[in-house]
Amino acid sequence: MADSDVILLDLWISVFGARVRIALAEKGVKYEYREEKLDDKSPLLLEMNPVHKKIPVLIHHGKPVCESNIIVQYIDETWHANSPPLLPSDPYLRAQARFWADFVDKKIYEGAKKIWTTKGEEQEAAKKEFMDVLKVLEGQLGEKPYLVGESFGFADIAMIPFCIWFYTLNKIGNMNIEKECPKLAAWVKRCMERESVTKSLPDAHKFYELVLEMQKKKGQ
Amino acid sequence: MADEVKLYGLDGSPFVCRVKIALNLKKIDYKFVVEDLRNKSADLLKYNPVHKKIPVLLHSGKPISESLVIIEYMDDAWKGAPLLPKDPYEKAQARFWAKFVDDKCIPIVFKAIVSHGEEKDLAEAHEQLQFLENQLNEGKKFFGGDDINLVDISATFIAYWVGAAEEALGLKLVSKDKYPKLTEWCDNYINCQAVKDGLPPREILLGFFKMWFATPNSFVYNEFLNKSS
Repeated sequence: MADSDVILLDLWISVFGARVRIALAEKGVKYEYREEKLDDKSPLLLEMNPVHKKIPVLIHHGKPVCESNIIVQYIDETWHANSPPLLPSDPYLRAQARFWADFVDKKIYEGAKKIWTTKGEEQEAAKKEFMDVLKVLEGQLGEKPYLVGESFGFADIAMIPFCIWFYTLNKIGNMNIEKECPKLAAWVKRCMERESVTKSLPDAHKFYELVLEMQKKKGQ
Repeated sequence: MADEVKLYGLDGSPFVCRVKIALNLKKIDYKFVVEDLRNKSADLLKYNPVHKKIPVLLHSGKPISESLVIIEYMDDAWKGAPLLPKDPYEKAQARFWAKFVDDKCIPIVFKAIVSHGEEKDLAEAHEQLQFLENQLNEGKKFFGGDDINLVDISATFIAYWVGAAEEALGLKLVSKDKYPKLTEWCDNYINCQAVKDGLPPREILLGFFKMWFATPNSFVYNEFLNKSS
């Protein structure tokens, strides 16, 4: 399969784009990276993702795959001959991987955003709710090295990009996520030992600056 | 215990219904355990401690939650009557549209029903429904082609619940002239035996929607809004 026929429409700061970058790096797939501008979306992006008009979009042999978790599974299935597998082979463990990737999708993004877009009592409530969510992940990790079993995979890929948000959340929310969730902190360190992860994640400080800028624009 | 299949749920839930239909299509025998959402069983809380919601599938004592995750699990565990295409690209497309139905279509259609057809909600619902209409290309009986697949099953709410709500409310959302392909799909889909056998009686849904439109803050409404998927 001609790996050169792989294009990724993305935004470097995006946690969802990061998921796809990690998956492609894990599989050793070479691709062309194209940075999009959210306020000036390319005609190609609008053509390839007319429903959501969002990144990331993986274009393989000219055909688009959208939605980051769906793209990651597509990468695993298409380059299944390349190790490592991103999903377990056992059906029950696969279901667990999908469940936790879905959990991250449902709970993390909005939960975290609420913390830097609210103030006072509303922010305190958002902080508590978010910590409760992280504690669930902490519980799921338990004594395991990764979220579902012994190997780095789909569920970890879904969650690890959000770790760059912890710096922002700790500063703006006056939190200490690493102290409250030591297992999660250890899991982050473990994932960061992988080159696919460190190469693919945006800078945590740059993200913090972006959020501050956003807050300033909104007059917060 | 080995190989035993149990489904924890409620007849009125479109998300539980998805799993029932999938079980029927795969011809899997199962025991249905009815849950009372106001008094959730110890088993349900044990098997779905994270969300505490229905449906939950129990297979050989192992629980799986979230209806679309359950259906993918079923496709991995039971090879007959596949619910997803084999080809990775086609599979990705099926997953995309099932997620679209779950994330975009159902919430806004539900909102339009709940708001009794408020203009802005209706406009947004029509925008999303149009995407579905466009997906049913010439000659395609189901979203899965000749056979029902994950996308069809994910849209069970559109095929059956919406009609009951429309009748209870006196509001037409999915009309034949606006959605010729989608309305034809609804007919084809709900008349499939495996689907028919999984659907709750229409009178139950009508009764539920009529009662609920009279008292919109009822418990089940709130549970639905939090989504039992």
